[in-house]
Amino acid sequence: MHAVDHVDNARRFLALTDNQAFLDRNLWGLRQKRDAQMKAHPEWQALRTLASEIKEHALSHLDDYLEMFERNALANGVHVHWAEDAEAHNRIVHQLLTAHGVKTLVKSKSMLTEECDMRPYLAERGIEVVETDLGERIQQLDNEMPSHVVVPAVHKLARDVSKVFARTLGTDPDNHDPHYLAERQREATRPLMLAAQAGMTGCNFAVAETGAVTVCTNEGNADLSANLPPLHLVSIGIEKIIPRQQDLGVFIRLLSRSALGSPITQYTSHFRAPRRGGEMHFILVDNGRSARLAMADFWYSLKCIRCSACMNTCPVYRRSGGLSYGGVYSGPIGAIIDPTMDFKRYSTLPFASTLNGSCTHVCPVKINIHEQIYKWRELVAEQHDLPFIKRSAMKTAGIILSHPLLYRGMVKAMHTTVPYLPSALVNSPLNAWCEGRELPPMPKQSFRQWYVEHRQHNDPHGVHTS
Amino acid sequence: MDVALFIPCFIDACFPQVGVATLELLERLGCSVSYPMKQTCCGQPMANSGCHKDAEATERLFVRNFAEYDVIVGPSASCVHHIRHHLDHLEQTDEVQHVRQNTFELVEFLHDVLKVEAFPWASFPHRIGLHNSCSSLRGLREASMTEIDEPFFSKPKALLEKVAGIEFVMPQRPDECCGFGGTFSVTEAPVSVKMGQDKVTDHHTAGAEYIVSADMSCLMHQQGCAKRMGLDIGFLHIAQVLNGVSEQERAHARG
Ligand code: SF4
Repeated sequence: MHAVDHVDNARRFLALTDNQAFLDRNLWGLRQKRDAQMKAHPEWQALRTLASEIKEHALSHLDDYLEMFERNALANGVHVHWAEDAEAHNRIVHQLLTAHGVKTLVKSKSMLTEECDMRPYLAERGIEVVETDLGERIQQLDNEMPSHVVVPAVHKLARDVSKVFARTLGTDPDNHDPHYLAERQREATRPLMLAAQAGMTGCNFAVAETGAVTVCTNEGNADLSANLPPLHLVSIGIEKIIPRQQDLGVFIRLLSRSALGSPITQYTSHFRAPRRGGEMHFILVDNGRSARLAMADFWYSLKCIRCSACMNTCPVYRRSGGLSYGGVYSGPIGAIIDPTMDFKRYSTLPFASTLNGSCTHVCPVKINIHEQIYKWRELVAEQHDLPFIKRSAMKTAGIILSHPLLYRGMVKAMHTTVPYLPSALVNSPLNAWCEGRELPPMPKQSFRQWYVEHRQHNDPHGVHTS
Repeated sequence: MDVALFIPCFIDACFPQVGVATLELLERLGCSVSYPMKQTCCGQPMANSGCHKDAEATERLFVRNFAEYDVIVGPSASCVHHIRHHLDHLEQTDEVQHVRQNTFELVEFLHDVLKVEAFPWASFPHRIGLHNSCSSLRGLREASMTEIDEPFFSKPKALLEKVAGIEFVMPQRPDECCGFGGTFSVTEAPVSVKMGQDKVTDHHTAGAEYIVSADMSCLMHQQGCAKRMGLDIGFLHIAQVLNGVSEQERAHARG
């Protein structure tokens, strides 16, 4: 597969000026609400440190905690499965559904199942999956990936949603009222929920001490997915483990405040055991996580609680939109975890950043995101995965800039030629610069030349060199 | 105080007036300034693209050029940030360590080391928007950032406040990145340009006549965007303002 062309994808999204402006305004609004919550809690930084430490502890004893979690879940009457990769996850889900004769699975939002590409896998095998989260449902009906981990359809305007629903649910194409659209979607989905033979949820936190999982939603759809059908499947990334029940408080306090700037999600549901007469299955999924855990520079990206604060604050994300990243995880966190899943395909993402560092400072678990992005660039260059033009430009720059005489020659050439070059003739870097910007006027001489003329005779250090 | 002047490559080549202002300002403040003639660049453009191997010779040259000086001052946060925080690929000899620990960005040097109290020669009766580059803000911590709850501080503002006549205007998103980002400005041109447009629009809407920054690279990008958009707004490096802006510089700043 080709590497994601973030630049081109971004250009296309930027051309949808209304959508881009809407996305930027919305997410910046979330960032501001997050700031207000952060300011209202003087202990915020201490909470971040604590959250980071708990995750660090859990990840460095992950095997122990996973076993503890399994033991306790089994004791609670839950079935536990282990999936090494996406394919194993999908196979387990499929087997369970087939064994129960399930034709329709209702599912609340889970990035992990997106990561596993579960929907098409099940569809090919005759099982329909219905997303119960509104945003996720919109994306499902529109055949698009979620563009954001918390608000998957945030790049769509009401009129876009109306178009999707008119096509797929038969709503009035001229009615763009969000309330109307949400209501019609609910009417269309509720019967499916009531009739479904199985429900699936993701998992925000898996507590080793109790063998229970916690799911946070704003629409209550996880509860419907979990409680209506007799069979409840939970997909759990193995990094979601936290040691103790009391640790939950730390993360619950940080999650929604960082994500939406609200104190807590509308629903924080805890599932511990199957309901009477029902069955509950946990599927613990690795899918590259233990390999990531072994990567010295990148393992702490596993601390991520998927709050999306880094996306909301990211100026690049707010311009290019989540789909431009071409992966399940977008924005700053996507730029550092997507390459661990498919290095070639996502080798461009670490360059979709200005390294401004805002992400690192909003991250509630203190992941040093921008430093990892910097580190990834180095790896991409070492693996010779840079585009040829950039690779050779950097090589040339490295030679010129390490030889003062060559450097001076270049500056001189620049002063004599650039002002006279028609911009169409100037090759790619300058062309790209001029895509939306003017070049600065070229001065007649460099600082160095000025210095030689005006000051050098005064400078004992300057004279002996040339 | 004896200081060595570090003039980054793009300031040397494209913005000599910023180098001159920095030099004159340091001299006015009583420094004896040397300018090592064999300097070129700090290595950042290559390193930022992931090409550390290509950056090494340039970084070594930088160290060779400046190792004999006690204090090194350069008017660019991103370059100083690179020297201080990203020169990890070289063998950490005493020379390398010395250079890394003693290279200051101009604002830091004036604020923290010289602790300058006044710029009696400077007057700038204009409304300005202050642009803190991400390297100065989150990299060198020259000002408080909105991501964390910390008491407000701003070293560049503290310096500029001492210039007669200056009035500050506040953009809506004071510490949002302007989209320059080194080679990002070229390799991710569409996003970079949009960020730049948004940035200058934010300042312009707030009523800024000039945007002032300690980072010329951000200004070059913003000026390029503003010019293309036809916005009437000027761009000045903080060294120019603190040194007293000449008529000629004023005209130049408005493009
Ligand atoms: S990296 Fe940090 S800020 Fe980004 S989604 Fe994960 S936890 Fe949230």
